[in-house]
Amino acid sequence: MADLKLTDVAKAYGNVQVLKDINLDIKQGELVVFVGPSGCGKSTLLRMIAGLEKITGGELQIDGRVVNNVPPAQRGIAMVFQSYALYPHMTVRDNMAFALKIAKKSKDEIDAAIKKAARILQLEPYLDRLPKALSGGQRQRVAIGRSIVRDPKVYLFDEPLSNLDAALRVATRIEIAQLKESMPDSTMIYVTHDQVEAMTLASRIVVLAGGGISQVGTPLELYEKPENEFVAQFIGSPAMNMLPGKITATGERTTVAMDGGGTAVSTYPTRDEDMGAQVKVGVRPEDLRESKGEDYIFEGKVDITEALGEVTLLYFETGNADLEDMEKGDAAVIAKLSGIHSDLRGNEVRLTADPSKVHLFLDGKSLRYR
Amino acid sequence: MPVVLQGILTILIGVGGCIAYFYFSNLVLDKVIFPAKGENAGRNINRANQVRPWLFLFPAIFVLGLYLVYPVVGSLIRSFYGRDGQEFVGLTYYALLFSGGDFTRAFLNNLLWVLFVPAASTFIGLVAAQLTDKLSWGNLAKSLIFMPMAISFVGASLIWKFVYANDAEIGLINAIRASLGFENPIDVLQIPFWNNFFLMVILIWIQTGFAMVILSAALRGIPEETIEAAILDGANPWQLFFKIKVPQIMSTIVVVWTTITILVLKVFDIVYTMTGGNFGTEILPSYMMDYFVTSKGYASAIAIVIMITVLPVMIWNIRQARREMR
Repeated sequence: MADLKLTDVAKAYGNVQVLKDINLDIKQGELVVFVGPSGCGKSTLLRMIAGLEKITGGELQIDGRVVNNVPPAQRGIAMVFQSYALYPHMTVRDNMAFALKIAKKSKDEIDAAIKKAARILQLEPYLDRLPKALSGGQRQRVAIGRSIVRDPKVYLFDEPLSNLDAALRVATRIEIAQLKESMPDSTMIYVTHDQVEAMTLASRIVVLAGGGISQVGTPLELYEKPENEFVAQFIGSPAMNMLPGKITATGERTTVAMDGGGTAVSTYPTRDEDMGAQVKVGVRPEDLRESKGEDYIFEGKVDITEALGEVTLLYFETGNADLEDMEKGDAAVIAKLSGIHSDLRGNEVRLTADPSKVHLFLDGKSLRYR
Repeated sequence: MPVVLQGILTILIGVGGCIAYFYFSNLVLDKVIFPAKGENAGRNINRANQVRPWLFLFPAIFVLGLYLVYPVVGSLIRSFYGRDGQEFVGLTYYALLFSGGDFTRAFLNNLLWVLFVPAASTFIGLVAAQLTDKLSWGNLAKSLIFMPMAISFVGASLIWKFVYANDAEIGLINAIRASLGFENPIDVLQIPFWNNFFLMVILIWIQTGFAMVILSAALRGIPEETIEAAILDGANPWQLFFKIKVPQIMSTIVVVWTTITILVLKVFDIVYTMTGGNFGTEILPSYMMDYFVTSKGYASAIAIVIMITVLPVMIWNIRQARREMR
């Protein structure tokens, strides 16, 4: 139950800079999710907060106290590992009691703490079992229970759901959300690569990329107002379409002539000097709708349709798709139309979007923030 | 015939014989006894496949039977007969064994060996495994500790004879004593009771490397996260080692412990070379060797006692090792 403050935190292994200039303020009661592609350093950052990795630059404060050189156990944190990390030779009860026994708590205190945690996590029937006699979901609950009994200031979760199967993942995600609800004062930091987890659990999301923070904001801020192309494409599935164009009218609203024909209008304001600038127009698949008239952003032939019932995904041929484009994620244009449109395959379709849903990026950065 | 040729010929006959055995025995099985043709082809194939494992097992079973089972039975029978192997004496030798004297001393000494050597080897090996893991030159240290494993017991005994030599110019122990100002050199192998431990040190020196290598592998197999979780839980290095690491490799420790126990029960070379069983250092295998020539019946009775002592440890060892594999 504490604030966390990271100031210019950096991590280097020898000469290799993994993280740098991490500035972050986490308030008491927040559930902050670190997301990012694999290798972006999100787990490393979490382990630095835990004290399992040395901080090689900057300052980490928990509750106003600099803890850079404080041993992990004295930082007031508890961590839930991806692999659960239960002690295999101890019963569920002993697993949860271990930290308290080491802290020399009285037997009554330990019993009370375990009883409470077991009730919250519905582990009462399993207290005397060994971890190997539990299912994956139960093991994860024990791991969480091991954190709860310590009553830490900050909870750290390192991809806690990655080892669970899909159905259990959803159920456990909801359990974690309920747990957070029941402990409104506790601060939690949660690392995941799954953006659904990030969107549903987080009070704020930290998107990490390229060794630094790409954007920090509430889930909907990131979704609606991405600061840069990376965040725009990382949050949301399927990823945001990025189409090239040239600014032809500036002012309160901006008009862009698309390179592939058509015109996009955005509510992003632009200045006179932006006239003629080559920009990327970003539109989410779910914001695209069919256009019958001359007013369209994109025109193309529907290559594949995926009918999911509630929505239909349209994949468009872009003609210039090569492997490099594919990897960048802007090879195919994707539209997500509500309802069933199985008749569109092979047709030429024009798409447009509401100007408030059209994002403009110049040199990778959003034109909304400058 | 030159020795080299003899060697090559032996290898050729041995390996060729094995190949020929497996090839021709299978050929006979498949073509002659149960041919896979005619009206009973299907049934014959099944039968041939039921017999085949025994074909492969036969050489091993035969050799084990000849050199292990037969001698055990032979020793048992012989232990009931007198010096010349003719006169039936029944359980006389066993009664003689347990009537006290040298056998009791050898038995008690052996008990000391069994308690002390596996415990010390495993413990020192475990500590060495843990400590060398964290060192940059840990692998070099490990090689050095492991090296005595490559020395025969007799060779090791000779090395330690120098260490224990009753002369400050040669013996390490007496050199240290001399440097501390003690006048007369002593022969540690003649100090009653404690000389047993000086002999055990040699076996511990040899076996620690074995324990270390196995336990080091086991320690590395412990999931890193459980250790990190314990660090976060506030465990200090001692608690980490004894409450988190050691329990997780307990089954390996037991296997190492029992393996060394079995070895201890059959080591006689060290005692034989160092003291010849004198000065109260006799243990069962060396005691047996004393009577090997003079009274085969008595020696056989001792062998049977040793076997019965080893058996339970052996069974436990195999069970643990099997559980380990699962």
